[in-house]
Amino acid sequence: MDFWFSEAHTANVKLSIRIDRQLYSGKSEFQRIDVFDSPEFGRFLTLDGYMMLTEKDEFIYHEMITHVPMAVHPKVRDVLVIGAGDGGVVRELTRYASIEHIDMVEIDPLVVEVCKKYLPQTACRFDDPRLSIHYEDGLKFVRHCEDAYDLIIVDSTDPFGPGEGLFTREFYGNCFKALRADGIMVNQHESPFYDADAVAMQRAHKRIVESFPISRVYQAHIPTYPSGHWLFGFASKQYHPLRDLNETAWNLLGLKCRYYTTTLHKGAFYLPAYVEELLKDVEA
Amino acid sequence: MNQLTQERAPIYEALERFRRMRVVPFDVPGHKRGRGNPELAALLGEACVQMDVNSMKPLDNLCHPVSVIRDAEILAAEAFGAAHAFLMVGGTTSAVQSMVLSVVARGDKIILPRNVHRSVMGALVLCGAQPVYVNPACDSRLGIPLGMEVEDVARAIRENPDAKAVLVNNPTYYGICSDLRSIVRLAHENGMLCLADEAHGTHFYFGEDLPVPAMAAGADMAAVSMHKSGGSLTQSSLLLAGPAMREGHVRQIINLTQTTSASYLLLSSLDISRRNLALRGKASFARVIELAEYARREINAIGGYYAYSRELINGDSIFDFDVTKLSVHTLDIGLAGIEVYDLLRDEYDIQIEFGDLGNILAYISIGDRERDIERLVGALAEIRRRFGGDKTGLMEQEYIDPEVAVSPQQAFYADHESLPLGQTAGRVCSEFVMCYPPGIPILAPGERITEKILDYIQYAKEKGCSMTGPEDAGIERLNVLKGV
Repeated sequence: MDFWFSEAHTANVKLSIRIDRQLYSGKSEFQRIDVFDSPEFGRFLTLDGYMMLTEKDEFIYHEMITHVPMAVHPKVRDVLVIGAGDGGVVRELTRYASIEHIDMVEIDPLVVEVCKKYLPQTACRFDDPRLSIHYEDGLKFVRHCEDAYDLIIVDSTDPFGPGEGLFTREFYGNCFKALRADGIMVNQHESPFYDADAVAMQRAHKRIVESFPISRVYQAHIPTYPSGHWLFGFASKQYHPLRDLNETAWNLLGLKCRYYTTTLHKGAFYLPAYVEELLKDVEA
Repeated sequence: MNQLTQERAPIYEALERFRRMRVVPFDVPGHKRGRGNPELAALLGEACVQMDVNSMKPLDNLCHPVSVIRDAEILAAEAFGAAHAFLMVGGTTSAVQSMVLSVVARGDKIILPRNVHRSVMGALVLCGAQPVYVNPACDSRLGIPLGMEVEDVARAIRENPDAKAVLVNNPTYYGICSDLRSIVRLAHENGMLCLADEAHGTHFYFGEDLPVPAMAAGADMAAVSMHKSGGSLTQSSLLLAGPAMREGHVRQIINLTQTTSASYLLLSSLDISRRNLALRGKASFARVIELAEYARREINAIGGYYAYSRELINGDSIFDFDVTKLSVHTLDIGLAGIEVYDLLRDEYDIQIEFGDLGNILAYISIGDRERDIERLVGALAEIRRRFGGDKTGLMEQEYIDPEVAVSPQQAFYADHESLPLGQTAGRVCSEFVMCYPPGIPILAPGERITEKILDYIQYAKEKGCSMTGPEDAGIERLNVLKGV
C-alpha cells in the first residue's frame, strides 16, 4: 500500500511522509485534527492538514521555545502558555522546580484530549499540580491579566485560522500588560524562507517590536516545518537574550537536553544576512 | 417545482438555466462572459463574469418586470410583509430618493427629522419639495441625535396640515428608533403618508426581539439596505411599499433615475439574500444579537468606554434600540470616536463602520466570528492602555438646530459665490457638508451658516473626519448664495 501524507509548503512545493496508519481523525468546533503513525517520524499530529509535531523532531521546537527564556530570566515563578495543546511546552516547563504556577490557555479541548490519548510523548505532564488548563481564546484570557506573569510562551499555529488572533498587535500589547516589569514573551515566529511565511514573520516581528522595548529573533532547524528553518521571537521588558544569559546557573540545574545547550543559545541569535534584512525592514 | 415559495430564488435559477444554454452573446456587455477582459475575469472569477449579462426575455428586465424579476419581487414582498417590493440596484440612496419622489412634488411639504441621510436632502433638491424639520432630541452625554418625539411630530403636523408625508429613520445609524407605530397613526389620521428610511434596519424584518419594522408598523414605504445587515452585494437594495401606494406609479418614479442596465450580480444577490433571510434569518440574527451583547459586556468591562444599549430607552425619543448595533461612546477614555476609529485601523488592522466626535460604531453582522470580536475588544482595551487620557479639550458633540433660509432646490440652483470657510458665517449655504460616514449633513443647501457650525467643521477636520459634499474637496471654501 502506498499511503502518504502530503502538506503543501507553497503552491509548488510539498513535503510527503509515508504513513503506516491513521490513528485518529476528528473535527472540533475549531479545526480538523488528525494523528498518523509513520515509519520515519513516528506519530505525528496535524491540524487542518498542517503539521504540528512529530515524535521524531518535536524536541527541537519544544526545547528551543522553553529553555531559551528560562536560561535568561533569573526567577520564573508564574508562566502563561498560549496554545500548546500537545503538552510539549508544559513537559519542558515542569522540569523546572522553581516554577510555581503554569496557566495553559488552549482554545480547543479536543486537541488536548486527542494528544493525551495518542501522543503521550508530549502530553505527559498534564497532571502536574502546578498546571491549570483554561479552554478559551488566548487573546481573551490575556486581556484580563495584568502584571501577573514572568514568562509568556506563545505556542501558536500559523496566523491563518484559529491562531490568527495570536499574531496581532492587540495580542502582543495585552501580553506586555500581562507580564511583570521584567517579564519575557517568547513566540512561534514562522519561517523566513518561503515568501508567504516570510510576510507573516515580518508582520509578527513588526507588531512585537512596536509592543516591547527588546525584541530579538532566534532560529532552529526543524525538519518537518516548511523549509526546515524556523524562527522564534524573544520579546522582553528588561532582560537581553544574550547579555542576560546566565550559562552557569542554567547548567547547574543539570537539565539534559537533546537540542538546547547554552552555547547553541548564543549561536541561535546569529541570523543569516537575508533574515536580518527582513527583520530590519520592519523595525524602522 | 413552479410554486413560488421562499425556498425559491427565481433570478438565480434563471441565471443558472441561462448559463447551461451556452448562448452565444452578440449583445452587451462587451466583455462577453469575461473573454474580452481576462484580467477582470481573473480578479472576479469565472462564475462572476459569466453572470454579468444583459436583460433579455429569459432573464426579465428590471425596468418592466414580467417574469423572473417579478417573481423575485413577489417573494421579497412576501418575506418583508409588504404589498410590493422593488429590487433596486442604485444603492439605498436610490431607494430613498425614489421613495421621496413618489410622494412629494415641487412645493409639497414633507415632515422629517434633520438627522436624515444625505439621500433624502438630495431628493428634495431634485423635486423641489420643502422640508419641515422636526428637531431630533439629543442625548447630552453621548452627543448623538435621537429619534423624533411623538409630540414634536404632532406639532409639526398641526402647524403644517398641508404636508404630504412624514419620514422617519428606523433606526438611526446609532440604532435608535422613534415610536414608529404612533407616528404612522398620526400621519394617517391627518391624511399624510409615512415613509421610513430603513437603511440600517433590514434585520428588523427577520430577527426576534428587535424594533418594529416599517411595514409591520403600517408605514407606506420603506427603503431597506439589503447590502448592510441583509448580506447582499454592495449597492443592492429594496424599496418596499404598503397597500396605499400604486405600484405602477412608484415604478415610473424609479425608472426616472435608475439604470436600464441593471446588474444581474446585484439582482441575484438580492434574490439569494432574501431567500437566506426568509429561511434562516431568525437564527442568524439571534447569533448576531448574542455576539453584539457579548462584545458590549466585554467593552463595558474594560472601563472608560460606554457601549450603550436598551437602558437608554425612554419611551419617546428613544422608543426602542437596535441591539445589533455596537455603538460605543469613547470620550471618557480621552479620545474622540474618530481617533479610536483611526487607531483601530492604523495600529490594529481593524476597520469599523464609523467614528464621529464622541462615538464609534462597529457593525456586527451575519458574517462575524467570535475570534474577530475578541480582536476588537482586545484592541479597544489596548487603545485605552496606550493612548487613553483625560477628556479635557475634547468637543462634546451636539446637535445644531438648522435655520432653513430657502428650500434645498432653490438654494442648490441659485446664483452662488465661493468664499473661504472663515468668511461664510451668516451666509446661506448652497451645498452639502457632511462627515462620511455617517453621511448626515452638517449643512444642507438653503441653511444658514453659523459660527458654531464653522467651529464644528473645523474641529471635525482636525480630528480626521472625512468631510464630503462641497465643490471644494479640501473644504477650505464653501459656496454661498449671492446677495442673501
